[in-house]
Amino acid sequence: MLDAFASAFALIISGDAELLGIVGLSLRVSLSAVFFASLLALPVGAAVALFSFPGRSGVIVVLNALMGLPPVVAGLIVYLLLSRVGPLGPLGLLFTPTAMVIVQSLLIFPIVAALTRQIVSDLWEEYREQLTSLGASRLRAIPTLLWDGRFSLITALLAGFGRATAEVGAVLIVGGNIAGVTRVMTTAIALETNKGNLTLALALGAILMTLTLLINGFAYGVGEFSRRRYGA
Amino acid sequence: MRTMPTTLPVLLRNVVLERAGKTLLGPINLQLEASGRTVILGPNGAGKSLLLRLCHGLLSPTLGEVCCATLGSPTRAEVRRRQAMVFQRPVLLRRSAIANVTYALGLVGIRGQLARSRAMEALDLVGLASLAERSARVLSGGEQQRLALARAWVLQPEILFLDEPTSALDPGATQAIEAAINRFADNGTKIVMVTHNLGQARRLADHCLFLAGGRIVESAPAATFLAQPNSPEAAHFLAGEQGAYLKERDDDPDYYSV
Repeated sequence: MLDAFASAFALIISGDAELLGIVGLSLRVSLSAVFFASLLALPVGAAVALFSFPGRSGVIVVLNALMGLPPVVAGLIVYLLLSRVGPLGPLGLLFTPTAMVIVQSLLIFPIVAALTRQIVSDLWEEYREQLTSLGASRLRAIPTLLWDGRFSLITALLAGFGRATAEVGAVLIVGGNIAGVTRVMTTAIALETNKGNLTLALALGAILMTLTLLINGFAYGVGEFSRRRYGA
Repeated sequence: MRTMPTTLPVLLRNVVLERAGKTLLGPINLQLEASGRTVILGPNGAGKSLLLRLCHGLLSPTLGEVCCATLGSPTRAEVRRRQAMVFQRPVLLRRSAIANVTYALGLVGIRGQLARSRAMEALDLVGLASLAERSARVLSGGEQQRLALARAWVLQPEILFLDEPTSALDPGATQAIEAAINRFADNGTKIVMVTHNLGQARRLADHCLFLAGGRIVESAPAATFLAQPNSPEAAHFLAGEQGAYLKERDDDPDYYSV
């Protein structure tokens, strides 16, 4: 057991190519997913916070519920869409990193949208009269509120990123865990543990944990910085 | 001095504001003239802030209408663009002081270098030029309120509403705010201010409106009203604010002062 830890540590230090490849792909896929999901989720979350429309309560409940969407279900849905007989089958995306980005975006979107709605709606409560007085329409208020909520929103993005890097079911189903192509940290850990290759599994686990710690530390730092600099 | 105002006088006709079946304000009939400094006085819950918000279009009346000269209702963006309001607690964006001012200019289509130079002028006017790049939210209470006034200033409003702008400030900061308010008045901006501070009313008011129970009880030139109110409510209010309440208690033999 101790031996496994020691060799895992040595593997990280040595900068093993396979290890680096897996970590690199994980980061690439998850960061892309955060980017594309947020592109849509930030304005959508803000719009739900600011505008009233029929079915708004339903949308909020669904968004909140989907924060807990089981990754395997998301994986299954995207698999059906991308499989050869599915509606997007002709694109030939199944078992590619693009498919993994799609499925992780699906997982991240409700998290970022729901948290954005909460953050923007609190801020709107505070700004509403002043912005109306200055002549900003609700539509115009959206970029203002997103910018003024930037430090809280970073936390929402990091929550999405954390979810994406940690899940295994969705990327396994649509990515297929193909070595060197779609193998990411979580799927590699699952496979290597099964195979009994604890060294690689532990090394990846250690990196994943470190990454999680760094993300949370960063989120905390951002919060502290904004409190000191902006008093909020 | 500006060109002819297009949103003044502000006329309120049979204005009533109800919430959940309760009448909070009205019926009110009032004309706010184009010039001068009007101070609204009255006990807590009299509806003073609601009246300001109705005049500024932040609230719509349940009955009756608010009409700003030829341009009509203040709920229209066109009217509100010619008005400004400073709140009791300034709401400042989480940006630098100057960015708070240029933001307001951006909303009326003034951007870039022109916006920056106008914003600097306004900050200079309220004595905040040296703090232009400081985060607005870490300024002191008095500085924040002066920043709110600078933000209103760049809009060159025809009418400026102020809702107890100095209620949380010390005397020095209050004085700076009052000086800034007078700059607006000198520039031809109509001032409509709610205050609880009778000294402030004496210093600033040309005209006083007294509200109680959601209605206008008295409307008179400041000097007349403050010296000799006509209505018993106003007389009671003015006396109370001047400490008659304590005097009354002092005469009571059962009352021990500590």
